[in-house]
Amino acid sequence: MYGLGILKGLTVTMRNFFRKPFTVQYPEERVAQHPRFRGEEFTWYEERCTGCASCAKYCPLGIIKIVTHPGGEHVSEGQEYAIDVFDIDIGRCMFCGLCVEACPYDALFMGSGFEEGQYSRKDLVITKDRLIKADKKPSTWFRPQLESQQYNSQSESPVDWENAGREPWPYHMPVRPQSAEESLEQGEETK
Amino acid sequence: MSLSEPITVNVGPQHPSTHGVFRLRVTFDGELIVDLEPVFGYLHRGSEKLAEERTYTQVITLTDRLDYVSSMINNQAYVLACEKLSEVQVPERGSYLRTIAAELQRIASHLVATGFLLNDLGALATPLMYCFREREKILDLFEMLCGARITVSYMRVGGVFQDAPEDFWPAFKTFLEEMPYYIDEYEQFLVGNEILLMRLKGGNTVSKEQALNASITGPVLRSTGFSWDLRKVDPYEIYDRFDFDIPVGEQGDNFDRFYIRLQEMRESLRILNQCFKQIAPGPVRANVPYLYRPPAGDAYGRVESPKGELGFYLVSDGGIAPYRCKIRSPSLLNLSAIKEMLVGWKLADMIVTLGSIDINMGEVDR
Repeated sequence: MYGLGILKGLTVTMRNFFRKPFTVQYPEERVAQHPRFRGEEFTWYEERCTGCASCAKYCPLGIIKIVTHPGGEHVSEGQEYAIDVFDIDIGRCMFCGLCVEACPYDALFMGSGFEEGQYSRKDLVITKDRLIKADKKPSTWFRPQLESQQYNSQSESPVDWENAGREPWPYHMPVRPQSAEESLEQGEETK
Repeated sequence: MSLSEPITVNVGPQHPSTHGVFRLRVTFDGELIVDLEPVFGYLHRGSEKLAEERTYTQVITLTDRLDYVSSMINNQAYVLACEKLSEVQVPERGSYLRTIAAELQRIASHLVATGFLLNDLGALATPLMYCFREREKILDLFEMLCGARITVSYMRVGGVFQDAPEDFWPAFKTFLEEMPYYIDEYEQFLVGNEILLMRLKGGNTVSKEQALNASITGPVLRSTGFSWDLRKVDPYEIYDRFDFDIPVGEQGDNFDRFYIRLQEMRESLRILNQCFKQIAPGPVRANVPYLYRPPAGDAYGRVESPKGELGFYLVSDGGIAPYRCKIRSPSLLNLSAIKEMLVGWKLADMIVTLGSIDINMGEVDR
């Protein structure tokens, strides 16, 4: 019988005609993004940073530039060094997050945005001033303390360094230690 | 006796059907291929050399970029080589999370392969978008696991970087329930399709001997009827605990290569279901320092990637960076029998065969 194939095909068309689309109209609508999303515009808490440059050392591309001088009026948890320059060249960054993983003081967090397009390469370098001024909307990537707070950078307001929490436990270690002293001991063993 | 003179045509390096920057110098007699020479290296980034000046952890980010549609499995192959080198014991939950990630990635990669094969066949964009609909769900799961969708950098030497978040498990369960329906849908749309059968059946065969001599692995080898899957013959991680089959083809033609991928998605789902049942709480990462120095020596870690056997050969001199890192990439070796597959066939078959071998130029050129 002629036309049967067309009818069969049209039923598929009709079935898809009434379902909801899988796509969204991007600039107006947005897909929900997981709090762990490793986004651009790093969140950096200058109060915590001691200028140890672990992040710069562990970056596979070497795009973090840190210049420090000893002492000074800069107030930080560590109070060892004053940070003069803290530049991240996100034009070359691949957002692997190894710098965040390396930070021993929980000062550097991944960001949550992804629309940091600029017209010149010079503007892609995030300087210290820009990092301080930026909205502190960190990603919960590799920061279990934020994850346990159920923080979601998309829906919630920025968090400052006191509320972002500190994870005393070196959480790449297999078993969570009972007390803070124990965690310190184990931390020394890994070194 | 042909009436026309042979003509040499340059297909690529930017031809859309070559899945990247891949060039084929083809000599045609009329429409028949009489000679063919693949030329590659346009996407060469020197990953092996770059690995020599990065620490062992930093190399993981390089492996994401080899086969960019199956980065999880690249990570796994590399960290397995590192673990062999330094004899690290991976915690149980770490292994399970890795297996879950790898099998999800296998489904995603096969979806891309299926979609682009149909794209090459002339079914422009529609089947591809169907396949990408499900791939999107897998990539969302990856975003939950590790914060990135393509360049994941999820695995570390001795496990994975962090445990899965709590909301991963309900989403994973929903995916496991939905996915068989979608695979049935592909099978219903594609395998019974007469046009597809006419184009794919019987053409561009590769025999078992040819495939073995050219050290072809993966779905291309299994399509010839030779059952060889590293998950079965050399079970790495925890694959010996799962119950799954290896689909094999019969003739080694384009259709077998395409159909094996559809069946492998089902097998991957079986593994994922068993993972979901068996996974138990526990640590996910062994106590490996960030900047670690494996003892001097060498090791070869290999996994069954969606394209075939992916291996990393690492030589260590006791320092913080590998002394030598050799990558055995399946895409490159699967291309080695392309002349045997294509000579005597027509131009349109060349495009289809390239799609059914499922090459990825990021891995071919490294």
